[in-house]
Amino acid sequence: MFLLIFKIALIVILFLISLGVAAYATYGERKVAAFMQDRIGPDRAGPFGLLQPIADGVKMFMKEEIIPNVSDKLLFILGPCIFMITALMTSAVIPWGTAMEFDGVKYGLQVADINIGILYVFGVVSLGVYGIMIGGWASNNKFALLGAVRASSQMISYELAMGMSLIAIIMMSGSLSLNDIVAQQKGLNWNIWYQPLGFIIFLICAFAECNRTPFDLPECETELVGGYHTEYSSMKLGLYLFAEYINMFVSGAIISCLYFGGYNFPGLEYLSTILNPNLVSIISFGALFTKAIFFVFFFMWIRWTIPRFRYDQLMKLGWQVLLPLSILNVLLTGGGLTIFSK
Amino acid sequence: MQLTNRSKVVSNKEMSFKEKLYIPAILSGMGVTFKHMFKKSVSLRYPEVTRQFSPVYRGMHVLKRDAEGRENCTACGLCAVSCPAEAITMDAAERKKGEEHLYREEKYAAKYEINMLRCIFCGLCEEACPKDAIYLTDRIVESNYKRNSFVFGKDVLVEKIEDRIDITKRKKEYHID
Repeated sequence: MFLLIFKIALIVILFLISLGVAAYATYGERKVAAFMQDRIGPDRAGPFGLLQPIADGVKMFMKEEIIPNVSDKLLFILGPCIFMITALMTSAVIPWGTAMEFDGVKYGLQVADINIGILYVFGVVSLGVYGIMIGGWASNNKFALLGAVRASSQMISYELAMGMSLIAIIMMSGSLSLNDIVAQQKGLNWNIWYQPLGFIIFLICAFAECNRTPFDLPECETELVGGYHTEYSSMKLGLYLFAEYINMFVSGAIISCLYFGGYNFPGLEYLSTILNPNLVSIISFGALFTKAIFFVFFFMWIRWTIPRFRYDQLMKLGWQVLLPLSILNVLLTGGGLTIFSK
Repeated sequence: MQLTNRSKVVSNKEMSFKEKLYIPAILSGMGVTFKHMFKKSVSLRYPEVTRQFSPVYRGMHVLKRDAEGRENCTACGLCAVSCPAEAITMDAAERKKGEEHLYREEKYAAKYEINMLRCIFCGLCEEACPKDAIYLTDRIVESNYKRNSFVFGKDVLVEKIEDRIDITKRKKEYHID
């Protein structure tokens, strides 16, 4: 019974954290963009503009809701819902910290410790394509449709290379459970030292999966007005934009879990011998959170540095460069494992 | 003509392996953007901080009064004639007995309007004025929602007796080398 309450509380907290991070990521994006362009950025709402996300949210809710006459109403509404739900669902298998302890019983800081955690992440991320595809299709607008087609073909192409780079990780850890993968990276024994090539491939694919620059072709303003969300207005548009930031945060957390030791940091073992396990749990959550936030910043950093790809270049990179490289990485990992594991 | 020495010759030569990797180029680009994060911002928080204007800045007009507080303008209409944007209109009137403390000359402008949407702030009205009556100042014409509110009458343009507008900077001659 207590387990159920603990899990529900965890779900609610994670939900709120995801939403809060997404809200402040919009603020952060504008601030980072401003600083990189020698500007100030939003600073009118509250001190340093910290209330800007709330103002934006109110603006989004107050705006007129337009559903095109020629659109498929049900699918039109369903699109952003699916995108948002899948974005929020992904974080369920991430181990956010070391186990908490109440009355001598351990409770993992993870909503669902399923032994195929990575496959779950992949499944849910792939479902996210439906949100974009349905939204773009139901809009009955050529730009929205083009954006949706681009998004789905891009996400499907890059999922291959992403999966291949993950296989190398799975070969090393011998487990599909994110919990095991993180637990094996104690201290500074992170996977990034063994899988630098895999990390780069995974990172590039994560950019493509999140539809972020330089792979933001699905919504590229210069050609497609707004891409798949051209016809969306009010909070439906807000959900699309919001879910993108949640995706960024979650993929940042997953990258840190797979390659940067998740909640591990040097000195965690020492802390857990002298401190209350619940306190250690919160500190380790802070470590993962910091890493994830760094990756959100990294996503923004890239966005304001590199221009967008052309579509044929995008496909060429995905199929002719990243996929062979990731297969090579699998072979190298296999070779390395047979030589060194003896 | 070469203006700077930063120009680069464009060529379609085959890229080297390092260039094909793109990653070194991306990293150096990220270095550039990261450096800019710590540079001083060039924007100003406008209503709180205003930009320093150059001495020859031509902003909103002022209709001057003389030392005794009488309006300089005699409604000769030279400013309106010189105005290339035809932004200035005025109605002349004769000074009555007992109004000597208000107007310096025997004729004055009963109505004087500048349409700030038409005005191009060239300063020709100032040059044309024989009576030192109109000057452009470093004040900014404020934004507004209605077009009509940009037609400024005497109530806005004529300086207040207790709140004189300093135009000594405009009276000096500046040479640009």
